[in-house]
Amino acid sequence: MTVIQKKAVNPIAHLSAEDIEIIGKELDAIRDRVIADRGERDAHYIRKVIKTHRTLELSSRAVLLFSFFPPAWIVGTAGLAVAKILDNMEIGHNVLHGQWDWMRDPKIHSTTWDWDHVSPPDQWQHSHNQLHHRYTNVVGKDNDLGYGIMRVDEDQPWHPVHLGQPLWNLINACFFQYGIAAYDLELGHNLREGRHKAPEFRARARAVGRKIRRQVLKDYIVHPLLSGPSFLSTLAATFTANLIRNVWSHSVIMCGHFPNGVETFEKTSIEGETRGEWYLRQMLGSANISGSKLMHIMTGNLSFQIEHHLFPDLPSNRYQEIAPQVRALFDRYGLKYTTGPLPKQVASAWWKVIRLSLPNRRTDRRQPVAPALASSGAA
Amino acid sequence: MTTTVPRSPAKVSFRDRLRRLAETVTTPLLPEDYLDLVAPLRAGAALRGRIVAVRPETPDAATVVIQPGRGWRGHVPGQYVRLGVDVDGVRQWRAYSVTSVPGGRDGRLAITVKAIPDGKVSNHLVRRARAGTIVQLDQAQGDFVLPEATPERVLLLTAGSGITPVMAMLRAGLHTRADVVLVHSAPTPDDVIFGAELRALAERGALRLVERHTDTDGLLGVHELDDLVPDHLDRETWACGPVGMLDAVEGYWASRGLADRLHTERFRPTVISPGEGGTVTFTGSAVTVEADGATPILEAGENAGVLMPSGCRMGICFGCVLPLRQGAVRDLRNGDLTTAVPGDGVLIQTCVSAAAGTCDIEL
Repeated sequence: MTVIQKKAVNPIAHLSAEDIEIIGKELDAIRDRVIADRGERDAHYIRKVIKTHRTLELSSRAVLLFSFFPPAWIVGTAGLAVAKILDNMEIGHNVLHGQWDWMRDPKIHSTTWDWDHVSPPDQWQHSHNQLHHRYTNVVGKDNDLGYGIMRVDEDQPWHPVHLGQPLWNLINACFFQYGIAAYDLELGHNLREGRHKAPEFRARARAVGRKIRRQVLKDYIVHPLLSGPSFLSTLAATFTANLIRNVWSHSVIMCGHFPNGVETFEKTSIEGETRGEWYLRQMLGSANISGSKLMHIMTGNLSFQIEHHLFPDLPSNRYQEIAPQVRALFDRYGLKYTTGPLPKQVASAWWKVIRLSLPNRRTDRRQPVAPALASSGAA
Repeated sequence: MTTTVPRSPAKVSFRDRLRRLAETVTTPLLPEDYLDLVAPLRAGAALRGRIVAVRPETPDAATVVIQPGRGWRGHVPGQYVRLGVDVDGVRQWRAYSVTSVPGGRDGRLAITVKAIPDGKVSNHLVRRARAGTIVQLDQAQGDFVLPEATPERVLLLTAGSGITPVMAMLRAGLHTRADVVLVHSAPTPDDVIFGAELRALAERGALRLVERHTDTDGLLGVHELDDLVPDHLDRETWACGPVGMLDAVEGYWASRGLADRLHTERFRPTVISPGEGGTVTFTGSAVTVEADGATPILEAGENAGVLMPSGCRMGICFGCVLPLRQGAVRDLRNGDLTTAVPGDGVLIQTCVSAAAGTCDIEL
């Protein structure tokens, strides 16, 4: 079995099983080249980003001690927002992926890292690394498709509750880190199934509670208190920085798998999937964001979502380097490399959220399956 | 769940309170994560050192002078220190004898490293390490040291970089307290680490030096000691050098019932010779399995009934990472070899790693 497409125009109809295996081999070769070359330069990069983050966070917090003075408020808030974005995106997400484990530095390691986020690292690693990255865009398996609160694919059944999803999405964007924590806890699912009293769930919920307590204490009590007369303005500044970080990460992450051009897959399509087919699913199920080098760092290089999904454990600073090779591979095999500037991709993702809040239109209905299967020799 | 005995409030010192407050300010990081940016060698920090000089000794050996952090507790001559050095971005730990005298200038310590062929760390330290680099340290350890009461007559039997621990003893004035004979082997006169210093000592009559140049004279046979140092069995002996030499020396002294007069230092207690597959021991559960070179350690463990942490089973989620305490594993994806000696605890992904020899996995 292989990747199944439900569209009238099957994007992989022209590929033979051999083609798909060769694509897999070519991608393996790209991966091997990066690993063979991994070293000092990469270690220097992540240490520099971590140092930049710490310096920026510390200095922004210091500036916010005087946040009653409006320019200080603006500078401190902006600095703190950037620091939090760096912490979550380029550092936290990638360290927790094990991208830097090869350095054998116990301080920069997927088993020890903690981030400025309310989701405990191990819970996030389970839902993100283990489930989302493995079952990328498989309807019913990959909960990242709409995070269990939205319908983002025609194949997901429509329910009147979806009418409100543009609003949920907006609220989720503003409080994204809490949304992620609830998502990692599978809160809705566990509540519905009445599993919220199970000891395992309670232990995980307590871990989230501890993280929330510490984060809230830090951001909304300790730092404002330290600012003395600037208590309220520092509180507002931290809230704003968290809001900016949340909306930013939400936007970047929506661009990864929601924009137009991204494919989704059926549950049965991953049975007996070969390595080549796995790669192909990642290629077609992800989308990039084009932009400047600074933009890439601020997105945690998730602007190279395609490369990240192909090689989730390669150091993030390498995605940009290998992107041209990956793209050339797409071109050679006539596959669509979905990419575009941030505003366009965000708009596309939002449009999908809004469009699918309504039931499928008759004309939107996809055609039945069959021909696609033959493409890779499964029929 | 961990339970902790509640501390009585009276016992919480001002320092503890301050620390807890500081942790609330920096969470999820720790205050030290910020302090490390400005003062990595301060008291209370994880033990580190800064390389202050690298001095060549021979064509392939160099002395690395290190300013240790404030937490350094010093060493006794003959002891070694474990050093964590980042080579090509990867932290590698190795043990080296401290060659400096305790209580030296500025509390600095020195190690002397001989570059061994293909030695990742030794070549890095001898040829590429630069002043200013921060390295990780452990406290000095090892019992290859002199007793409180120095014996009257001492034999030092060394080869190659085996001279390093005894050099610390000599520099600390062993020859002023005892009658010392040093028998040292090296390929050529130029390869004798500390050659000039040793010869100067010998010329002053501070010790008797027997140099053996193995390129011309061949390896030293242990029976040759009868001629070279006739009273060698009456001397308290410290020996350090390659495994072959130590094996021979230990056998010889033991066969004469004098094993307690011989002290040896082995730098590489376990020789890892990677192959295909091997015996995998899960140290916590005391389960041992035979695994072939194609079976992931995760699978081997599960088949033996060990409750293994696991995730995606394809190398992408890092949910199965466990410490390799010693041994060698091979990455099934690219054939890369990872080795660990005791004390290392290299973290490996068990779902894509197969045994490449005997290995101990901590679980």
